[in-house]
Amino acid sequence: MAAVLDLLQQRLTGHVREASLVHGTLALIVAPGELLVVVQRLKTEFQFDIFLDVTAVDWLGQEPRFEVVYHFYSTRHFVRVRLKTRVAEADPTLDSLVSLYGSARYMERECHDMYGIVFRDNPDLRPILLYEGFVGHPLRKDYPKEQEQPLVPYRND
Amino acid sequence: MQNRIANPVRPAFDKTERADDVIVNIGPSHPATHGTIQIIAALDGERVKRVDVHCGYLHRGFEKECESHTWANLIPYVDRLNYCSALINNFAYCEAVETLMGIEITPRCRYLRTLLSEYSRVADHLTCVAAALMELGAMTAFLYLVMIRDYIYEHLADLTGARVTYSYGRIGGLAHDLPEGWLKRLDEILGQYEVFVARIHGLVDRNRIFIDRMRDVGVISTADALDFGFTGPILRSTGVPRDLRRDTPYLAYAELDFDVPVGIKGDNYDRYYVRMREMDESVHMIRQLMDMLPEGPINVDDRRCTLPDKQLVYSEIESLINHFKLIMDGPQVPAGEVYRAHESANGELGFYIVSTGEGTPYKVHARAPSFVHMGGVHLMLEGYQLADMVPTFGSVNMIGGECDR
Repeated sequence: MAAVLDLLQQRLTGHVREASLVHGTLALIVAPGELLVVVQRLKTEFQFDIFLDVTAVDWLGQEPRFEVVYHFYSTRHFVRVRLKTRVAEADPTLDSLVSLYGSARYMERECHDMYGIVFRDNPDLRPILLYEGFVGHPLRKDYPKEQEQPLVPYRND
Repeated sequence: MQNRIANPVRPAFDKTERADDVIVNIGPSHPATHGTIQIIAALDGERVKRVDVHCGYLHRGFEKECESHTWANLIPYVDRLNYCSALINNFAYCEAVETLMGIEITPRCRYLRTLLSEYSRVADHLTCVAAALMELGAMTAFLYLVMIRDYIYEHLADLTGARVTYSYGRIGGLAHDLPEGWLKRLDEILGQYEVFVARIHGLVDRNRIFIDRMRDVGVISTADALDFGFTGPILRSTGVPRDLRRDTPYLAYAELDFDVPVGIKGDNYDRYYVRMREMDESVHMIRQLMDMLPEGPINVDDRRCTLPDKQLVYSEIESLINHFKLIMDGPQVPAGEVYRAHESANGELGFYIVSTGEGTPYKVHARAPSFVHMGGVHLMLEGYQLADMVPTFGSVNMIGGECDR
C-alpha cells in the first residue's frame, strides 16, 4: 500500500495539494478544478476501477463550506483512496464523474439531494431519496431536524 | 396548512419511441418486488425496453438522525439498515468508531464477531434465495429455507434477545458473552442446514422451469458491474473473485480457510448459485471458528467505552461517574475521519464517519450496497421480459432499509 501511495504522490504532485495515509486509506486533497483530471488518472494509471461512494461534509461557518468526499477502490491493488475537495456555498458546483463511472449517476443524485452540490454534466439530478417538491437539503447543518415539508395528497379518484 | 405537491415522482420518460409501446408503473408497493421500490418501465409487448428505478420510499433520515445522538446510541439505528443481517452492520459501524478511538478488540470478541458475521450471512442468503424461489412458485423450497432461517433467528434471539434487529455490537466489544449451550445448538442447526440445503439443490438446480427462468436472464458483464460499482455476490457472479474478506482481511478472516465462489456469466442462475455456495463456505468458516474461539473477556478494558462492572457502580464513586458519563455523554471519539468497509451479504458496506472530538458524530455516512446496485439494475432488466423482472429483482436482493436509509 505504501508503494502505491509513493507512486501516487510522485505522479500526481502537480494536481494534489496534500496526500496522507489516514487509518489505512490514502487521502488526497485536490482543487475542484483538478478533480476530473485526478480521477481520470486514478482510473487509467492506477486501476481504481470501482467508484464506491460520494458524499459531503458540511463545515458550516468555514469557507469554502462543503467538503465533497469521494471513495475509490482498486480491485487490482486492493487499496482505497479518498479524494476530498472543497466548494463554496455560493457556487457548489463540481464536475460530474458520469463520463468515467456509471455508478456516479445515482450517487451524485443522492449528494445533490442531501447537500445541494451541483454536478456539472450529470444529466439526471432528479431527487432520488427525496421527492419532487421537497424544499431544502436535509443534511446541511442549517436544516433543522424538525423541519416540515409539503405533503403529497391522497389520491381520491 | 401546507402547500401540496401534485406528483412526487417525475419519471425519466413519459413518451415511448413507438406509438404501440406502453409505459407501466410497477410498485412502490407490489407483491412481486420484495422491497418498496418503484419501477417505471416502457414495454414493447412483453419486452422491457427501458426502465426508470425510483427508490427513497423508505427514506427516514438515518444520516441526519445520527448527528444528534451519542456514538453508542447509533447501534440500534445501524441494525435497521440491512435488517436481514443486522449484526454485520453492527460490527462494521463499531469497527469504524473503534478505529478512530484507537481501540483493539479482544481476541474472543474478534472471533465471535467473525462467527456471527458469517452466521448472519447465512441467514441473509437464505432469505434472499427463499424469496426468489417463492416468487417463481417454488413454495416447498421457500418453506425449507425459511425454516432453517427461523432456527437461526430463534437461536440468535437466545443470544441477543431479538429475532431481527439485535443491537448486539458495542463499541469495544459485544453486549454480553454466549449463553450456556449456545455453540452446541449452533452445531445442530448447521447439521440441519446441510440436510435442507441439499434438498434445495435437488429440487431446483436441474429443474427445467427454474433453469428456463434463471439461465441467461438478467445478465451483467464484469466490465458493467465494475463500472456501476457492483460488489458482493453480484460482482462475483460475473466471474471475478473479489471479496473483501480475502482481499483486505479484517476481523479474523486472515486465519480462516475458505473459497470465494464465482459464477460464469453473471445471470440469475449464477447469482443463485454463488449465494448457495457462499452459505456453504460460511458454514465451513463457522465450524473453524467454533474450534478457534478463545476464552477471555469480550469487552476491552477501556473506560472510554466499556461500562464498568455493575457492582462497582453501586459501591464506588469513580465507577458511578464513569457509568453516568458513558450513558449521558457517550464515548468521546477523537477528531478525525475514517472509512471502514465490511463484506456484507450484499457487497461492500462502508461507514464513513467524521468526528470533531465530541460525544456525537459530526457525520455518519453509510455506503450501502443496495443503493449502488439500484443505480445499475436497469442493465439487468432492459431487454428481457416483464416477467423476468421478478427473478432478476429477487437475485439482486435489494434491501429497502439500507438502500433508502
